[in-house]
Amino acid sequence: MGSDNAFAAVALPHLDAAFNLARWLTGSRAEAEDVVQEAMVRALTYFPSFRGGSSRAWVLQIVRNTAYGALKARHGERVVAPAAGGESATIEDIPDPTDDLETALIRSDDLARIDALIADLPVDLRETLILRELEELSYREIAQVTSVPIGTVMSRLWRARRMLTQAAAREEQR
Amino acid sequence: MSAGDCGKLLLLQAELDGELDAAGSAALAEHRASCQVCRRNESTLMAARQALRRATYHRADPQLLRAVASRIGAVGPPQQRRISVPWRGLTTFGAGAALAAAILLTVLPVGRPDIVSTLVDDHIRALQPGHLLDVVSTNQHTVKPWFDGRLDFAPPVKDLAADGFPLVGGRLDYLHGRSVAVLVYSHGKHVIELFVWPASGRAGVPAHAERDGYNVVHWQANAMSFSAVSDVEPSGLEEFVRDWRQAR
Repeated sequence: MGSDNAFAAVALPHLDAAFNLARWLTGSRAEAEDVVQEAMVRALTYFPSFRGGSSRAWVLQIVRNTAYGALKARHGERVVAPAAGGESATIEDIPDPTDDLETALIRSDDLARIDALIADLPVDLRETLILRELEELSYREIAQVTSVPIGTVMSRLWRARRMLTQAAAREEQR
Repeated sequence: MSAGDCGKLLLLQAELDGELDAAGSAALAEHRASCQVCRRNESTLMAARQALRRATYHRADPQLLRAVASRIGAVGPPQQRRISVPWRGLTTFGAGAALAAAILLTVLPVGRPDIVSTLVDDHIRALQPGHLLDVVSTNQHTVKPWFDGRLDFAPPVKDLAADGFPLVGGRLDYLHGRSVAVLVYSHGKHVIELFVWPASGRAGVPAHAERDGYNVVHWQANAMSFSAVSDVEPSGLEEFVRDWRQAR
């Protein structure tokens, strides 16, 4: 086999995943395309240090960091970092929904509405949710991509899912 | 601890995410059977999961693929690439040019390496540890939905366990500018891979080919192209193809 196309073989199969993550992080198709292009160029530069493991997680980690760079440039200094206390906020901080709220999302047939609810999540929760539910990464891979401990991945996932069901329930009540 | 967490919340979530091992699942099951809080949290998690199934998966345009290919081809590898094994002995410039050429050959619709070599290369690469399967399942009803949402077509998935070719899983691969489905079957100590992609005119694959000890059998049916690739002897691969085409 030709190993000279090793980088293309490792990285290009993840182009859809790269674009999906970039699009969900930036919220814009054009910006996501720029991010993916830049990330792939960076990935090529880092490729000699790629030591195997999950190539998807490796590529997505670079895409994610590139996207954060783009967001930072767009927003100036007041970025993207999780809200103060976000990391230490315990999972119990979120009030309990009433019993019927959980079914609100199930009733919704509106695709755009689901997308809008996800887009409204804080970026650290949103990326964790996208990596888990759309890319189906393992906790360990998500921890690698987002550079946090697995315990943080788990609590972010719960907060993301909880916020999503609650937001849907609130909309339902309006 | 609040009313919303019985102390097992994240374990419950991990269980539903398929992240708990057998011992963890067993330990949780006992608690869960009698915990109202768990029951409610489970319904929240299931509702979120169901909703997220309808979230949009944003796919890259073909133009983006081309743009990326030309960018990574244009930049070339950095100096330190010289230490990596595949390019050892080449000058840095030579390695960069070779890599750029290889990427362009892989992704652009001109001057491709012949498809039989590409199929065999993909197959050999997949046989290396950890590369064979993206989804591990002997159940065609698990494998088929796995491809949904990952491809712009729905590959037919069949299990041939009764014929001596059990399905072991599937993966995505990349063949001449498009994503393809690969169904992975085992046969004794051998692996047979079936590449599936939408037919577009002539696929340019001969019906039978051999390369480096690997056999390739190609056919088209129902607007799909199929290429079976394996190191089983040609008659065994023919039998596989015959059984596959007859199976429902």
